[in-house]
Amino acid sequence: MSKGRFGIHGGQYMPETLMNAVIELEEAYEHYKNDPEFNQELTELLNEYANRPSRLYFAKHMTEDLGGAKIYLKREDLNHTGAHKINNVLGQVLLAKKMGKTRVIAETGAGQHGVATATAAALMGMECEVYMGKEDTIRQALNVYRMRLLGAKVHAVTTGTATLKDAVSEAMREWTNRIDDTHYVLGSVMGPHPFPTIVRDFQAVISKEIKAQCLEKEGRLPDAVLACVGGGSNAIGAFYHFIDNPEVQLIGCEAAGRGINTAETAATIATGKLGIFHGMKSYFCQDKYGQIAPVYSISAGLDYPGIGPEHAYLHDIGRAQYVAITDDEAVEAFEYLSRIEGIIPAIESAHAVAHAMKLAPTMKKDQIIVINISGRGDKDCAAIARYRGEDIHE
Amino acid sequence: MSNIAKAFDHGKAFIPFITCGDPSLEITEQLVLAMAESGADLIELGIPFSDPTAEGPVIQAASQRALAGGVTTDKIFEMVRRLRQKTNIPMVFMTYANVVFSYGADQFLGTASRLGIDGIILPDLPYEEKEEFDPICKKYNMDLISLIAPTSHERITNIARDANGFVYCVSSLGVTGVRSEITTDIGAMVQLVKKAKNIPTAIGFGISTPEQAKKMAQFADGVIVGSAIVKLCEQYKENCIEPVSSYVKSMKRAIS
Repeated sequence: MSKGRFGIHGGQYMPETLMNAVIELEEAYEHYKNDPEFNQELTELLNEYANRPSRLYFAKHMTEDLGGAKIYLKREDLNHTGAHKINNVLGQVLLAKKMGKTRVIAETGAGQHGVATATAAALMGMECEVYMGKEDTIRQALNVYRMRLLGAKVHAVTTGTATLKDAVSEAMREWTNRIDDTHYVLGSVMGPHPFPTIVRDFQAVISKEIKAQCLEKEGRLPDAVLACVGGGSNAIGAFYHFIDNPEVQLIGCEAAGRGINTAETAATIATGKLGIFHGMKSYFCQDKYGQIAPVYSISAGLDYPGIGPEHAYLHDIGRAQYVAITDDEAVEAFEYLSRIEGIIPAIESAHAVAHAMKLAPTMKKDQIIVINISGRGDKDCAAIARYRGEDIHE
Repeated sequence: MSNIAKAFDHGKAFIPFITCGDPSLEITEQLVLAMAESGADLIELGIPFSDPTAEGPVIQAASQRALAGGVTTDKIFEMVRRLRQKTNIPMVFMTYANVVFSYGADQFLGTASRLGIDGIILPDLPYEEKEEFDPICKKYNMDLISLIAPTSHERITNIARDANGFVYCVSSLGVTGVRSEITTDIGAMVQLVKKAKNIPTAIGFGISTPEQAKKMAQFADGVIVGSAIVKLCEQYKENCIEPVSSYVKSMKRAIS
């Protein structure tokens, strides 16, 4: 079996044109991940520029209100650029620079990964082009402006469903056009090897910090860690250092959209089947002939028909559990956290908050839940207002 | 001699690609027969995939049209069954790994082989992932066609040594589609292939004019044309048989 496998998942199902590029990337990563100078530079960027470590905040009001487990929020929303995406991007753009690349390209759904990539490119003096589904450029118009402000060129992708999967396809196509000077900054734990491993390693700082912070505050590990899952980068980041602690429940919250019994869903584990797409073997929403389904979620960042191969594996072996959260539940959680803790979560992260609202009351008061608040919700305010029938436009 | 080897047995081979079901499977069937009569030596039948990451805008759009028209793998199998009663021309499928995988690789490849398909091209299945389907292809006597690209360099030797049918030489960086100029040193790529294995080579990606085809045919045993033909199908729809036939004739003449 080829490289980069998580059980049966993963691999490198890529056009031949890109194979030497992913091999070159793997070799560079294997070298630099053990290079003290690289790691020191990255740590400094994460701390001084991106504002790490992020806080583990005790959500006192939410805990009291729900009347069960103690709830902590991992505040990835407080990172520079407003989401966990910056962790991976600083790592990859620094790596690209060491590899002698002068240009980065990226796909983006909600726009957070695009903004993070444009930010890192501005910081490190790289040319940057971002591919974003036309539909998402409308849903997330403010992020399009932010990217342009940061010096990036944004391409609106009109093919297919004009959302995240089409943006990934278009970024892959563009990479086959220009490889020598260009690194593709993939934004999630997906795609061909080595991306799922590289992105996981750069995001694993989240669980490393949660572990230390929880031990410091509570003297023990949490009982459950919750995170939303599209491709799954913030979730794998929040899970990774707990995988070998079986007493910690790991729960990924997928986007059910209008419900897993409707066609308008993006819940891959709940409704998908095994397939090969975007460079990897994993679970995908698809029809019986293997045509990829046009998925839907209110959240542009979770609106993806697949899931990273390591999540597929954690699901197979039963180490992590995946639940589906509807648009309605996510919107309620979005409003709930805003009111009760004064924290507006990204609509993506609100999927994890929604599950915590169901789970916490069923747990004992001395148990601990950590919710990864992967991003902040400013970008979503206009869309949620419209969802509630208010005519607000950015 | 395998059916694919026969395609390279009478001069330089001309290999057209069409997307099955664009504009309809009835027209696809007629197109195959017309192209065979017009001098095509091997035909690539594209099974449309929703998200074809190696294709440019022309074939992407054709795939979308075909899928919107209700084309499925089973309907394409039925068309091949009808075609094989009328023609012996070598035919290969070109599609994406998920189309084969989701059908059940054994069932897909077994059915295709029984219906008379001679090989399969999967642009998202590189050398490293061949094992996914290659043993099943061998079981059913189907050639899994290997691709090499301008970026392949030292990979070419291994790829060619294990190749079957013919080696698909990708002429340029990027995705499929018409190009005004091809700048890759294709002669050098083909030489590396021939050094590793005595196997036919065919050049594809970007070729549209008889002049380009003639130039490319100097380097290899065959020339593959996709987007230029698919464009004709898009332009002329159900009336595309005549223009495609005369195009195929002009291309075959140019490389003969």
